[in-house]
Amino acid sequence: MIEPNRRGEVWVFAEQEDESLNDVSLELCGKALELAHRLKVPMGAVLVGWNVRELSYRLIAHGADKVYCVHDTRLEHYTTLPYARALCQLIEKHKPQVVLFGASPLGRDLAPRVASEMRAGLTADCTDLEIGDYSDKKTNTEHKNLLLQIRPAFGGNIIATIINYERWPQMATVREGVMRLGEGDPRRSGTIIDEQIEFNDFDVAVRVIERHRQERAVNLKGARTIVAGGAGVGGKDSFKLIHDLAGAIGGAVGASRAAVDSGFIGKEHQVGQTGTTVRPALYIACGISGAVQHRAGMEESAKIIAINWDREAPIFGVAHYGIVGDLRKVIPMMIQAIKKKPA
Amino acid sequence: MKADGTVNRAALPTIFNPDDLHALEAALSIKETYGGKVTALTMGPLGAADVLRECLYRGADRAILINDRRAAGSDTLATSYILSMAIRRIGDFDFVFCGRQAIDGDTAQVGPQIAQKLGIAQITYFEKLVELNARTLRARRNVGNGWEVLEARLPLLLTILDAANEPRPAAARRMMRFKHAQTMAEVSRSVSAAMPQANKEQLDVEQANRLELLKNRGLLIKQWDLDEIGADMAWCGVAGSPTKVHRVQSIVLRKEGFKRIEPTEDGVRTLIQELIVDHALG
Repeated sequence: MIEPNRRGEVWVFAEQEDESLNDVSLELCGKALELAHRLKVPMGAVLVGWNVRELSYRLIAHGADKVYCVHDTRLEHYTTLPYARALCQLIEKHKPQVVLFGASPLGRDLAPRVASEMRAGLTADCTDLEIGDYSDKKTNTEHKNLLLQIRPAFGGNIIATIINYERWPQMATVREGVMRLGEGDPRRSGTIIDEQIEFNDFDVAVRVIERHRQERAVNLKGARTIVAGGAGVGGKDSFKLIHDLAGAIGGAVGASRAAVDSGFIGKEHQVGQTGTTVRPALYIACGISGAVQHRAGMEESAKIIAINWDREAPIFGVAHYGIVGDLRKVIPMMIQAIKKKPA
Repeated sequence: MKADGTVNRAALPTIFNPDDLHALEAALSIKETYGGKVTALTMGPLGAADVLRECLYRGADRAILINDRRAAGSDTLATSYILSMAIRRIGDFDFVFCGRQAIDGDTAQVGPQIAQKLGIAQITYFEKLVELNARTLRARRNVGNGWEVLEARLPLLLTILDAANEPRPAAARRMMRFKHAQTMAEVSRSVSAAMPQANKEQLDVEQANRLELLKNRGLLIKQWDLDEIGADMAWCGVAGSPTKVHRVQSIVLRKEGFKRIEPTEDGVRTLIQELIVDHALG
């Protein structure tokens, strides 16, 4: 446990595997930088592994002012205990006020272990983070500039905002793909700090005997937002617009059967009766007329936006927002508006 | 929901958390092959005794309920502290099996936090037992984009994926026997109901007799409070929970509403703003 301290940095645990960074860590860097600006403190990334120091530059490009680097041959493949040891020792030493992890399988294995060791609070699976104040009416105390940890609860029917003001650091895991993945600025500068960690025998007792990794499949089911394109997108080249919008909002790319059959995109992206049934928080249907087979696979989405030239398209019947217009003009406007959104 | 934003669990039906059925199955199948005893442990309101009976029906050797008003409002850290103290109180163990996550909070935090508090290693997302030799386990875990086999020494905490096994149904013979299993609170309630005219002394005597009888027949579900497990109150309940609920908002589903957005920069900007306010866009 560390005491609340106003000078503490905002940290991101930089998750890497086989010398490549997980996107969620870069998404978090962007968000953490925003939070750090609000708090007027530096943003730090913690990079643990073997032979991974080079990745520091990418973290700096995405917002890290400092990268705390721990390298040790015993850290080549992730196991819980030595990674937890490294984080706990660094937290004790540098006393960050916020520590963020991706809510990936790795992050959800590591973060609770660290939080338990630090006797600190941890909120799982956040979909947003803000800085805000809290006044405790019972004790009549005012807590300024806390990390507001926002997450859906009870099957997504409510949104809860969680805080912790007594025992720091304020820790959270953040769902993959909900924060915007920035492009990174290679001109940003930052400091790389090499750290030494003491491991004991218990820390390194669990061994990885065998590893098998495959390419990440398209995760439509787990996506919180989906941008889907149909025949109305017009061609394989203009389908890039769909990818761009999905990239800007951190969503997955979906497609109607017509788009798949026209060869705009692979079948693994197909939403609908013969594809994947999805129910994301937000579904943006672009150039999809909305055949019943498609609607059956997406109409349970919490919010649906339809963009289509044809004001009679059945997709507008299930949409909450309808834009009748040229998606080649509307999508760039949306990307523009998202990039300009206030912090 | 209570005024402080925590959940009033007593007002909710107590269900067997789906992932925990797979944890129980993993424990029972290890017991079948390697021997040992399976203890089912839960913390919750008195109604959670139903879940423990279900464990007995399926093959658990004994069951323990942690029930204490002072545990109300516990977040994952306080919950893991209380459960770890209960496990210490049980004594020697080789394995702690947990479900991957709970269906209400979905945090998947309590398992790893119990392991830390017990000072033992954890294997999360357990998928398959590869080998168990004397004190060393090899197990396959799923890591989302693949799998790996870990080797670790016992004792260990495992969190079990639903894909790991097919939970066995309740056994009819065990149901006949263990439907009579009761906690102390249930004994006391049924004694009071059966003897409405009795004074406190008579009730106490009858209750003690019944408890003794159940115990001898192996039908007593142990009921422990926080004192029984030696828990430090500073680490339990609301006081022991660093996370607090600041506010709760219901998500407004405007399915019936349809809004036309103009295909202009202003129209699109307003739309994006609205989505951000509604948390539809992060």
